Amino acid sequence: MELKQLCELQGISGREELVRAAIYDHCKNALGDENVMIDSMGNVIAHKAGRDKSAPHVMLSAHMDEVGLMVISATDDGHLRVRAVGGIDSRVLVSKRVKVGYAIPAKDDKPEVKPLNGVIGAMAIHLQTAEDRKTVLPISQLFVDIGAKDKDEALSKAPAGTPITFDTALTPFGQDKILARALDDRVGCYNMLRLLDADVKGDTDFVFTCQEEVGCRGAIGATYRLMPDIGIALEGTTANDTGDMPDAQKVCTVGSGVAISFMDNASIANPELFASMMKLAKDEGITHQVKMSVSGGNEGGVIQRTGSGVKTCVLSVPCRYIHSPSTVCSANDIEAQYQLTKAFLEK
Amino acid sequence: MFDLIKQMADLYGATGREAGVADAIEALMKDKADTITRDALGNLICEKKGTDPNGKRIMLSAHMDHIGFVVVAVEKEGFLRVMPVGGINLAVSRTRHIYFSNGVQGVISQEPVPAGETPAMKHMFVDIGAESKEEALSMIELGDVAVYSNDCFRLGKNRVSAPAMDDRVACALLISVMQALPQTKNTVIAVFSTQEEVGCRGAKTAAYSVQPDIGIALDVTGNGDTPETKQPAVKLGDGAAVKIMDRGSISNPELVTELLAAGKRAGVKTQREVLPYGGTDASTIQLSRGGVVAGTISIPCRYVHSACEVIDLRDVEAAKGLLLNYLQA
Repeated sequence: MELKQLCELQGISGREELVRAAIYDHCKNALGDENVMIDSMGNVIAHKAGRDKSAPHVMLSAHMDEVGLMVISATDDGHLRVRAVGGIDSRVLVSKRVKVGYAIPAKDDKPEVKPLNGVIGAMAIHLQTAEDRKTVLPISQLFVDIGAKDKDEALSKAPAGTPITFDTALTPFGQDKILARALDDRVGCYNMLRLLDADVKGDTDFVFTCQEEVGCRGAIGATYRLMPDIGIALEGTTANDTGDMPDAQKVCTVGSGVAISFMDNASIANPELFASMMKLAKDEGITHQVKMSVSGGNEGGVIQRTGSGVKTCVLSVPCRYIHSPSTVCSANDIEAQYQLTKAFLEK
Repeated sequence: MFDLIKQMADLYGATGREAGVADAIEALMKDKADTITRDALGNLICEKKGTDPNGKRIMLSAHMDHIGFVVVAVEKEGFLRVMPVGGINLAVSRTRHIYFSNGVQGVISQEPVPAGETPAMKHMFVDIGAESKEEALSMIELGDVAVYSNDCFRLGKNRVSAPAMDDRVACALLISVMQALPQTKNTVIAVFSTQEEVGCRGAKTAAYSVQPDIGIALDVTGNGDTPETKQPAVKLGDGAAVKIMDRGSISNPELVTELLAAGKRAGVKTQREVLPYGGTDASTIQLSRGGVVAGTISIPCRYVHSACEVIDLRDVEAAKGLLLNYLQA
């Protein structure tokens, strides 16, 4: 499946059904129906037997969900009140276009469903005082305008609970750069789908998880079910390589390869696994970098501390402006994440 | 006891980098346990089987890890930029001697902080004597972790100071308890745990595999006996502190009663501890599987999370007497 197709599917945390359906079909085609399941949380788990039964059992994870908004109510004049789902900086929201509800193609006797166009509104600059211009409006003071005339119309078209995603088409630009929403973590999903073909050494489970952005909830049950020996999270991570940021605060750099983490706020990588990833990348000539910060958190933490414990490591694609409507990453880094993971699974 | 504490405190073992400490402890625990295993998080699990097939499984946990500084970047002049691993106190870290697992020495210092700005980790840097980025990278790698340099010394008649007293004093305590403990009706499992300082992570997976009925964390606690310090109402030299609660756990009340009673039977001094902050391995042990009866025995410690953590040897002996009595009751 192409990255463009994956990125354009809408799927905020807890509402991953469109992404899940596409991934589920793809996995069944690749590995056969009997090797693919959806668990009660909504994770897709695809199993591939390894060629060496004594090799460690590996679990790969990438999350299907993206950050977004959700309708909670409407004002009398028909503007939607929303809350964030996952970590969103409210400074990036004002005047952005959004899709309210999901685009669902026609299937069997069900007609096509189109999402509503919306825009995130706030008070016009003309009306702001000097003080207003210095303050950042919290999401509770922003609204989504869908052109409705009143509360009844707004809530009949977008009832409370309706998911909202940013409206950004995937756009290649520069030599190798990609701009899109939801790159975190559709890049990981994209690479995991490509890795279904790998000639895996040990038994391998490809886990496409849900609800990562609200606390790695999907990974909890999936890891408990599988109890792997090794867990590798394929992620998108922060690249802070903009402006005149000193090296020590860049975290990682777009275009400098797959980022290998020694530790973040959720987990400390198993030291041997981290060292073997570094060596493998070097030996195979795969562009790589060390994530230069202890920041962020991901499924590595949950996977590591399930049951009697799992050796974990996180491999990330650096993403600028992460969790915003327009995230930027490099196609070369996506390829590097794929190559390193493939080499790890096959060796 | 001092020699064993010093041996433990002198070992390098940052949070997430505990293997060297585990190796040293494993050597001391040979013949003192029926099985010794390590798990994916690096916990060292030493089990001494009980005589009664219906006996309880009692887990004692002391953490091996020590707070530190992880290298996240190297400046072109050869200085290192670091981030904290665990609860580092910047105020006590300036111009401290630190060292890495490979023996590289360093001094942590702070660049001038503009007026009005609060000093933060981003202002700190480490000087390892390198004169260029290349030289620095030939000495250490990104992700290497430094800790306060080992410096264990006696203070007065009964006190000892060391940077890694939290929690190597309890590692020493647990080793000496296991060395002195005969086979009992209950199974006793000594867990030397990892990654306590970043959220009691090692104890979580260890408790899952150990499946204890009772879990007791052995850790240090704060003190209220230095100038202008009131809480907790714990004094060095007043004996083993039996924890009632802290931010991470509320000790099982029956277990608290039993531990205090064991202290009394053993004729050692005990004190009750209510800590308004902090947490121990008991916090994750108590929530394992269907829940575990859990508590903590603390060694009172001054200047916790500094390079001079001070304990009183009499409190360690009191804790040892209490535990040996409890485990054989």
